[in-house]
Amino acid sequence: MKYITEFRNKEIVSRLADYITSISKKYVRFMEVCGGHTMAIQKFGIPSLLPDNIELLSGPGCPVCVTSNLFIDRAVAYSRLDNVIITSFGDLIRIPGSTSSLDREKANGRDIRMVYSILDALNIARKNPDKKVIFLGIGFETTAPTSAVAILNANAENLENFYLYSSHKIMPPAMEALIDEGVELNGYIAPGHVSTITGSGIYKAIPEKFGLGCVISGFEPVDILQSIYMLVKQYETNSPKVEIQYKRVVIPEGNVKAQEMMNEVFELHDDWWRGLGVLKNSGFALKEKYKRFDAEKMLSVDVEETIEPEGCICGEILKGIKKPSDCKLFNKACSPANPVGACMVSNEGACHAYYRYNK
Amino acid sequence: MNKNSEKVILLGHGSGGKLSHDLIRDIFVKHFSNKILSEQTDSACLPGADEGIAFTTDSYVIDPIFFPGGNIGKLSVCGTVNDLAVSGAKPQYLSASFIIEEGFSITDLEKIVSSMAEESHKAGVIIVTGDTKVVNKGKCDKLFINTAGVGYLPRENYSISTGQKIKPGDKIIVSGSVGDHGVAILSARENMSFSVNIKSDCASLNKMIQSVLSISSGIHFMRDATRGGLATVLCELSETRGLGIEANEENIPVKSSVQSACEIFGYDPLYMANEGKIIMIVDSLDVDKVLDKLQHNTFGKKASVIGEITEKHPGKVILKTAIGGTRIVDMLTGEQLPRIC
Repeated sequence: MKYITEFRNKEIVSRLADYITSISKKYVRFMEVCGGHTMAIQKFGIPSLLPDNIELLSGPGCPVCVTSNLFIDRAVAYSRLDNVIITSFGDLIRIPGSTSSLDREKANGRDIRMVYSILDALNIARKNPDKKVIFLGIGFETTAPTSAVAILNANAENLENFYLYSSHKIMPPAMEALIDEGVELNGYIAPGHVSTITGSGIYKAIPEKFGLGCVISGFEPVDILQSIYMLVKQYETNSPKVEIQYKRVVIPEGNVKAQEMMNEVFELHDDWWRGLGVLKNSGFALKEKYKRFDAEKMLSVDVEETIEPEGCICGEILKGIKKPSDCKLFNKACSPANPVGACMVSNEGACHAYYRYNK
Repeated sequence: MNKNSEKVILLGHGSGGKLSHDLIRDIFVKHFSNKILSEQTDSACLPGADEGIAFTTDSYVIDPIFFPGGNIGKLSVCGTVNDLAVSGAKPQYLSASFIIEEGFSITDLEKIVSSMAEESHKAGVIIVTGDTKVVNKGKCDKLFINTAGVGYLPRENYSISTGQKIKPGDKIIVSGSVGDHGVAILSARENMSFSVNIKSDCASLNKMIQSVLSISSGIHFMRDATRGGLATVLCELSETRGLGIEANEENIPVKSSVQSACEIFGYDPLYMANEGKIIMIVDSLDVDKVLDKLQHNTFGKKASVIGEITEKHPGKVILKTAIGGTRIVDMLTGEQLPRIC
């Protein structure tokens, strides 16, 4: 319990909030780009502890939210094939595609199973040799290594009925694209678990090229407040750099073994992000030598024409240009029970978190 | 999504959250419409000349059917007994109906039925009628049980289930640690590769509730915090009665093992199911003696005052977080989903 109680200690939290208030003079906007941070910030009520001149924005850090409608439409098309089992993280199942969603397909009798890890999907493939088992691979450098492990295992076992449909993405291109697009930001609360894998080097360009601070943060209230403190300090003293607050987990070089596995299995390609469009070298695709596990290459399907929901501003919300409450659908046509856009579905989505904790 | 596509039942409609509420309102209450049903209380309250009758029913489809701390049979008795008891009634008679999948083990059936008998005995109720159906393999998952129950409802308790007497300043008590049942079920599921030493809190609480009602006339509302957990009860209450609620996270009892399991999966214990915990809204003048009475009962040792009814922000539940921040508590839409990373 140490990592829970100590990092949620009220006195330390209140002292940190005081420190922040005492050194923060200028108006600042910091963005978190990890859904876990979005969730924690809202759940613990962190904005209520900060002075008015500090604004926190949620960026494109929720894996489900940045995924394209096309991805869902294609997954729906796969689910309609005969002898197919779709395996997926829970959030993805409720995301509306152009005309259907996986939970609707499930209600219509398609075999769609929620798993906690791709390794569960691998087990399902082993137990069902006469079915094609497709895992919908979403997430950043946090979930990509487990997908890499699964592919390496499937390869070693010569498993012939296991496929990955990869929408894995990497974070730095999105962080840079946001600044390029002119989103007003004064620093990044950088993702703790992505950095556990990648190390801190991937953010180098943020201070060097763009002059913005970048603090890799843990997920507890004390972590987040300390990270905000570090960012404020960098900003007030005009000394942007990459710093690690989450030192009990993140080391500068990252998890080398996991990196090697990702490099073995994946190569970078240009990928589409909701709100940001196509970003160069921002997604992970399976390398040619693992193509027999690549759902896109091995299983052909007719995918319906993609329709983007009207009026939904998920894209601008993901860029931090607008807040969920700016959307005319928010809490009217779009709610967690009847989501229009992806940001309302996932627990980690900005709209969902805002709806649940702030409405 | 295509607006013309036909709507179908999704799993979320059975989760006890917003989707379930909409379904009940838009389909069942709409068609069955009557004064008693529209109260939407845990038990229907049927007024009588001297005392009334409370009447309730519930179906149990839990997976797995055996779990740490109980099984589907025990649960089917406790659940119905508690639904009667929180309405202020003294549970008396139960019915039990079984829908059994072809091929189900008779040994397991007997284990389940004997634990129903044992739990009924503990709760002081008798099972007086029932029904059995067997369906083809694959047409139901092992065993589904429905129980219905009736109990005597003293006149002075009529207002408990609707909470008519709730007023600003009333205190909110939870009878013990929250989330135990939800985590116990989670850990018992085959595809979960973690084990925690948590038992379901599944228990009949009617005797504890009666002991409290016998010493206080200041119990303004009770509900058992089952599906959807503590948060859902508070949200329903504030929404339906337009009450302001302030709760203090620090005072909400959560076992450390439950907290840890929830941290790992990204679940919030406030939304985890309980099967042996009640929420009471109590007149502030009576709160100390009620708390004392609860804490002297086996099932209420960890009872705690977690908040109060306020005049401020009607219709909203505000939580003072453990770190001193504030946030809104809202009803869950569907099932809680585990975190991705």
